[in-house]
Amino acid sequence: MKTRKTLRVAALLLALALVAAACGDDEGSTTTAASGDDPTTTAGAMTDQVEVFSWWTGGGEAAGLEEMIKIFATTDADIEFINSAVAGGAGTNARAVLASRLQANDPPDSWQGHAGQELIGTYVAADQIEPLNFLYDQEGWLDVMPETLIPLISKDGNIYSVPVNIHRSNVLWANPTVLADAGIAIPTSLADFFTALEALKAGGMDAPLAMGEQWTSMHLFESIMLASMGPADWTGLWDGSVAWDSAAVTKGLEDFATALSYTNSDSSALSWQDAGQLVLDGTSAFNIMGDWQEGFFRELEKAPQTDYVWAATPGTAGNFQFLSDSFVLAKNAPHRDAAIAWLTVAGSNEGQDAFNPVKGSIPARNDADRALYGEYLLSAMDDWASDTVVGSLAHGVVANDSWKSEIDTAIGLFLLDGDVAAFQTALVAAQAASG
Amino acid sequence: MTVASTEIQPKPKRKLWQMENWWGVLWVLPSLLAVMVFVYGFIAWTARVSVSAWKGLLADYTYVGADNYVALHSDARFDIDIQNTVIFTFVFVLGCLAIGLGLAILLDKGIRGEGFYRSLFLFPMAISFIVTGVVWRWLMNPAQGERLSGLNLLFDKLGLDFLVNSWHATPTWGIAAVALPAVWQMSGYTMALYLAGLRAVPDSLREAARVDGATEFQIYRKVIMPLIRPITLSVLIILGHISLKVFDLIIALAGKQVALDVPATYMWTTTFDGFFFGRGAAIGMVLLASVAVLVIPYLWYTLRQEKGL
Repeated sequence: MKTRKTLRVAALLLALALVAAACGDDEGSTTTAASGDDPTTTAGAMTDQVEVFSWWTGGGEAAGLEEMIKIFATTDADIEFINSAVAGGAGTNARAVLASRLQANDPPDSWQGHAGQELIGTYVAADQIEPLNFLYDQEGWLDVMPETLIPLISKDGNIYSVPVNIHRSNVLWANPTVLADAGIAIPTSLADFFTALEALKAGGMDAPLAMGEQWTSMHLFESIMLASMGPADWTGLWDGSVAWDSAAVTKGLEDFATALSYTNSDSSALSWQDAGQLVLDGTSAFNIMGDWQEGFFRELEKAPQTDYVWAATPGTAGNFQFLSDSFVLAKNAPHRDAAIAWLTVAGSNEGQDAFNPVKGSIPARNDADRALYGEYLLSAMDDWASDTVVGSLAHGVVANDSWKSEIDTAIGLFLLDGDVAAFQTALVAAQAASG
Repeated sequence: MTVASTEIQPKPKRKLWQMENWWGVLWVLPSLLAVMVFVYGFIAWTARVSVSAWKGLLADYTYVGADNYVALHSDARFDIDIQNTVIFTFVFVLGCLAIGLGLAILLDKGIRGEGFYRSLFLFPMAISFIVTGVVWRWLMNPAQGERLSGLNLLFDKLGLDFLVNSWHATPTWGIAAVALPAVWQMSGYTMALYLAGLRAVPDSLREAARVDGATEFQIYRKVIMPLIRPITLSVLIILGHISLKVFDLIIALAGKQVALDVPATYMWTTTFDGFFFGRGAAIGMVLLASVAVLVIPYLWYTLRQEKGL
């Protein structure tokens, strides 16, 4: 009996220890696991460290980040770089992890986010990030980045993030063979665009405009709204100077409905790559998607001008609807100086030229080394330097997360019922709900 | 009267709090504490959040009463969620019951290689809903024309063109197509439960019914089904609560789209994409209540039966 009792006590203690371990403080364990090395062994060689949080775990973005980390290792050799990337859900998982870390008052030094309201509306509103005007002044970034970009990444005169790359959202991709066979030139206005779509449909093409799952319809939405309303009204929608129940919006929504009527019926089951593939195959003639579509076409070893051509979304020439990945400085960052050193590299010419050719995007700066970039990216760089810069909705520039998710719901409902009036009412409500 | 009977037959008095009892309490204490904190504690916290104005990254516990619930009531997306859940539950539960019972009856006939078939039908259950969702996303590819693939291509090649359809891309009823993989996955489990039930029915009862001139159908209808009613109830409860909570299958198969939205996916997107924590918590509480309506009567029923034993 005696041994049985001892055994019980031991087992009970073990059980309690397990519970204690499970409930215990696990500060730092995620960073160790993510970086894959033991800080206790490296701490001796490094005097400082910086923890950078992102959802770049694969593809061109992870490779681009690695290139930038290499630059950082040469400029700031005494700072250990801790790469806390969280995989999954195109950033949704990472942002949920980040949210719980910020709520627990355990911020990483710097984290990735789409430049604009996605960062400002969420993290500035919650007082979690520092303004970076001093860094822009110190590094002279205001002179090398487009003037129209700065207000879109600022609030009340404070700039809150360092954009490392620029993508363009208002790009029309087309199949040149299909266009030549139908005798259609690349349309430059919305009216021309609809005429071309109608002609292709009459010629037996079931869905001349390829579209993918629900978020890609928000992408189409922002392009068509920009074309229909023009850049001033589009920007006005987001600062409150243009009302969502105005006639200009109604016209834009009707144009959006017209565009949707030429899209494929199975769009909800397709990814953006699948939609791009429809254009390459000639099943569809057009696709409106960001310029990461070009990266996909290149991956398939397709040649620009012969396999695919591009232009600004009809009616939006002269406008650069941009989105950008950027890095912020956490308020109460555990390693503030190291974080600033990281942001300096992220905004530098060397850092951006290391990141962007690999990621397939252009630098936010206009003094990049042009020899590093391909044909499409060079055309995008020229436009970036000369066009009016406006923000993307689907990729977090113009509206904060709450507003965007309400618009996403409204678009989802509109895809089901096609009721323009109800759609506009829902969009008005979306602004109120997130205001 | 019951009082009188206990006076006549007093229960043997048990010594409370013997050493053995203390051990028992200590043993369950860790899990009890964990359950109190991580289950009931967080249910209470979610309930609190659901009546708060929390929107955005930082907690805001301003009390707003039932506002979040009232807003859900007039939320067009939540209406779609309810409609989808009803259709999904209907197809999923009835499909599993019919196929599961059918398979169980066939296997109960004592076919050769029963063990093999039993495992075969049970195997899909070993797969997670995520994997099922991805595989069936390919199988149920709704593309038409030259791009036919998956099951549609199979139908086309077999000359069954009339079966080619747009699966989950079908307006309104698309969610029924999403229920098909769930039926595929869980009907084997239903079969296993029914098979155990059928095996528990003594042969003598069937024989007695046969002697009385009952047909095979009547034996199942009048003798066996009533006897295995508790199994049917368990199956309904288990499948019903899976169906109300379904999330992973939808995400893997349909992604985030309003057409195939269910309460669990709405809760997730509105909370973590939109930072509407109050609304997300309210959806969570509605989900909890709907599952509770299903499960609590069942628990009560089982407890009462156990007491009766």
